[in-house]
Amino acid sequence: MSKEAKNYIVHGATGDWEIVVGLEVHAQVTSQAKLFSGASTQFGSEPNSNVSLVDAAFPGMLPVINGECVRQAVRTGLALDAQINKFSRFDRKNYFYADLPQGYQISQFAHPIVGEGEMLVELEDGATKSIGIERLHLEQDAGKSIHDQHPRYTLVDLNRSGVALMEIVSKPDMRSPEEAGAYVRKLRTMLRYIGSCDGNMEQGSMRADVNVSVRRPGEPFGTRCEIKNVNSVRFVMQAIEYEARRQVDILEAGGSIDQETRLFDPNKGETRSMRSKEEAHDYRYFPDPDLLPLEFDDAYIEEARASLPELPDAKKARFVKDWGLPDYNAATLVGEKESADWFETLLDALRKGVDSPVEKLAPKASNWMLSDLYGQLNKAGKSLSDCPITPTQGAELLKLVFDGTISGSASKEVLEEMLQSGRNPADIVEEKGLKQVSDTGALEAMVDKILAANPAQVEQFKAGKTKVVGFFVGQVMKESRGQANPAVVNEILMRKLAE
Amino acid sequence: MSVDKATVKRIAKLARIRIDEDRLDPMAGELNNILDWVEQLSAVDTDGVKPMTSVVDHCLHWRADEVTDGNKRDDVLSNAPDAEFGFFAVPKVIE
Amino acid sequence: MSDLNELSIAEARDRLAARDLSARELVQASIAAMEAAKPLNIFVTETPERALEMADAADARLKAGDAKPMTGIPVAVKDLFCTKDVCTTAGSHMLESFTPPYESTVTANLWDNGAVMLGKVNMDEFAMGSSNETSAYGPVKNPWRLGETDTVPGGSSGGSVAAVAGRIAPCATGSDTGGSIRQPAAFTGTVGLKPTYGRCSRYGMVAFASSLDQAGPITRSVRDAAIMLGAMAGHDVKDSTCVDVPVPDYEAALTGDIRGLKIGIPKEYHSADMPREIEDMWQQGMAWLRDAGAQIVDISLPHTKYALPTYYIVAPAEASSNLARYDGVRYGHRAQLKSGDGLTEMYEETRAEGFGEEVKRRILIGTYVLSAGYYDAYYLKAQKIRTLIADDFRRAYKKVDAILTPTAPSAAFGFGAKQDPLAMYMNDVFTVPASLAGLPGISIPAALSAEGLPLGLQILGRAFDEETVLKVAGVMEDAAAFTAKPKTWWS
Ligand SMILES: [Mg+2]
Ligand SMILES: [Zn+2]
Repeated sequence: MSKEAKNYIVHGATGDWEIVVGLEVHAQVTSQAKLFSGASTQFGSEPNSNVSLVDAAFPGMLPVINGECVRQAVRTGLALDAQINKFSRFDRKNYFYADLPQGYQISQFAHPIVGEGEMLVELEDGATKSIGIERLHLEQDAGKSIHDQHPRYTLVDLNRSGVALMEIVSKPDMRSPEEAGAYVRKLRTMLRYIGSCDGNMEQGSMRADVNVSVRRPGEPFGTRCEIKNVNSVRFVMQAIEYEARRQVDILEAGGSIDQETRLFDPNKGETRSMRSKEEAHDYRYFPDPDLLPLEFDDAYIEEARASLPELPDAKKARFVKDWGLPDYNAATLVGEKESADWFETLLDALRKGVDSPVEKLAPKASNWMLSDLYGQLNKAGKSLSDCPITPTQGAELLKLVFDGTISGSASKEVLEEMLQSGRNPADIVEEKGLKQVSDTGALEAMVDKILAANPAQVEQFKAGKTKVVGFFVGQVMKESRGQANPAVVNEILMRKLAE
Repeated sequence: MSVDKATVKRIAKLARIRIDEDRLDPMAGELNNILDWVEQLSAVDTDGVKPMTSVVDHCLHWRADEVTDGNKRDDVLSNAPDAEFGFFAVPKVIE
Repeated sequence: MSDLNELSIAEARDRLAARDLSARELVQASIAAMEAAKPLNIFVTETPERALEMADAADARLKAGDAKPMTGIPVAVKDLFCTKDVCTTAGSHMLESFTPPYESTVTANLWDNGAVMLGKVNMDEFAMGSSNETSAYGPVKNPWRLGETDTVPGGSSGGSVAAVAGRIAPCATGSDTGGSIRQPAAFTGTVGLKPTYGRCSRYGMVAFASSLDQAGPITRSVRDAAIMLGAMAGHDVKDSTCVDVPVPDYEAALTGDIRGLKIGIPKEYHSADMPREIEDMWQQGMAWLRDAGAQIVDISLPHTKYALPTYYIVAPAEASSNLARYDGVRYGHRAQLKSGDGLTEMYEETRAEGFGEEVKRRILIGTYVLSAGYYDAYYLKAQKIRTLIADDFRRAYKKVDAILTPTAPSAAFGFGAKQDPLAMYMNDVFTVPASLAGLPGISIPAALSAEGLPLGLQILGRAFDEETVLKVAGVMEDAAAFTAKPKTWWS
């Protein structure tokens, strides 16, 4: 199954260029309180209300670590198949900025809590690619500077100051905007599965620093630019595309790339140099003397491991292997834990009501969910999280299809009504008279009538053109206003035509 | 290792302390005096010696994940040189 | 000055308990002495009203019979400890108008134990200095003078020791990073105890060098040091480096019996240029210990001479980072800005105006030694040598129970006598090694110099073994019978 990822090439005037992308994703750890203080992490509160004097770096204030943030980092590291470091340490990253109260960020530089790992991403064409994880470390978020609310001032809100972040650094393994997009999406899925981050990119719970460089295929890495704080998958892809083009244009014009920090402007689809980060940084990292090393034992790691749910890759493999789901269906369903869970509940309920092997039920049920259900939800502008029907109701509807009570096409009509009213499928079928005609006598009469009306097609069949059966089935269905059971019709037709 | 005027300027910038032009040279001299003196440490053989991470020999205490602080905006802003609408206010930054 | 000002904590405690003295009377005597001592420039902020309120509360408590170890005892608080609703400057112009909405753990513990706050006392700016001359509020004058000439009280806890030596308060809080309790105690004939790092919480104490800073008591007797340490110390969940071990009854450790104890004399602390009178005092100290039944043992702390330069890398490095928060954004001084000035100008002007010369110098050194390309050669190297220094002590404490050294290489000196920063740094040559190793140490007055100024002896101990340190100090205190006190020339 493992298809090679296709090469993405930027065509320049002087030849082809390859792009190299590495990502630093900042994911807010799901926790009630901040990494080093007891203030709330709640989003959207009044400015400076979720701030302790520790977060505001008052004199003599000291950090005390939140154990839950450690646990979530370890769980995330395990989910990324990464090295968990039983000894890690917090360092200070020193720089001045209005929303960095301490004048340093407490981060992990020399000894991160999580080391190397890897994650498999799936691409549009079914190819898969392994992206290396360089490290994951815990650090504090900064506050927020608001530059456009006051004519003379930049306003500083410290509500986010001190919120725990996991910085997840990839290796420079991505070679196309699509790969980067797939990586962010997959990472988001993983974090949401294990519940270490809510993955909410709009609220800034997850954001990416995108490192982009270009090179001639086969040559060493070029100089990279870092695009800061990109907050959607689409923007990550756009930013890479734009930035690669920009770099190729500069290089082809004989210029060179300045290693710099840039901003992505979603309105213009462009990146631009960040003036405020212009000057060269020298972060003067050193171990934070206010904290001792962070240490735990194997038992702690095993406890964290035991708390992990089934992860998307394993879940997908199980869907394919045990239930015979098509690869694509399985991949789509496990993309969100919520949809995978919905599907599993649906299938469970269905298996209780229909006596048929799971390999037969599961693919059909998944098709129904992905095309019928998602199709209609989509049309209504809804997602699974605000789906008005339960998986059990979905299973009841599918049962009616499996036992021949309604046709597949009628089921669409029932589903539409269910989504509108939330009513049970059996009632809707009853009320709308959508039950299939399986009464052989009535159907035989109909078939006779159709055969008599279409002698030419009967001739064609007898001459060996068996495909015309489809035409007859269609005619019978039309005659029955869709209520004929196609399986029964088929059987009668074959018998009569063979006479 | 000797500190010159340009170095003093650079580290003063890093430390965000303005140093008057006419103080740069004297400051370089003062820093060099100190640095020349600490230079004697290079004579110490530290091969294989672990740098001290903490003088106390105990474990880091972990907090429970509970909201026990915050909700004290008045305290937080009580000493602010300049505050507007509940925010700290600083000269406008252009990104 | 009344007799009440001469009372030790222990004496005052007993008289208060006997109801033969009220806390209000005791505190009023301190307030009067504080008023009279203005020429010494000890207090940055006086809090007499608060002191009287607290004294009345103490009297109520005494009356109710639930007195705590320091109920009614006036304390001078180093202006490094944040005190709720009382201005806290750390001796810096930067925090001239800073009023903390919180209380440091050490002072909170003292108030919980009944102590009474007299006011906030002067110090070297951000505790960086050994003479009190770096304070933005002018230097403190040592109650002890060279004839008519003023001397420095030592530093950085200069205001604290002057308040105690000048009989304004029986005790004061101090903080010691490289000797800031012990050296000024030696300069003023007081007792200064630096506990083991982690013994007292650093929460709410303005940070200078986080891995070294430690709060401790300054008193006029060893017994008082024991009482006060007990009232300051204790585990604090708000300080990750504060250790969760029970606080012993330190006063109970003062048994007077040191028979069989082994006291180490580190050969590296001898030097050719040690003044005769310091050497004599040291020898005298050894004799006292021998007489009391202790055994004097020669030991070696081979990395001693590297301690001071190591300290002058580690402490400024940490300080450069700790003091980055003074940026004019959330509290403290902010420079007046010119039109067109941005954030960077605000920082640079604010910090240029807010910090004094020594603080700037140390921030620059610290910034330099941490900067790209220099970290390994300076900071990392220094932290490795720190390990070697701690190992020296560890090895020594396998052979001995405590170590005896002089506290400082000289007696107090005149203002302006040490213009060269390096000459000033040398003051801490005997105190810094134990600071780097995080170990406890006490300075007690042991003799007078030829010129009539106090000299101190230092006793160092094992980590968290303040009890042995206090026990040995108590025996030496008895032997020394140091009763000299400064003339009250200021009032
Ligand atoms: Mg980064
Ligand atoms: Zn980061």
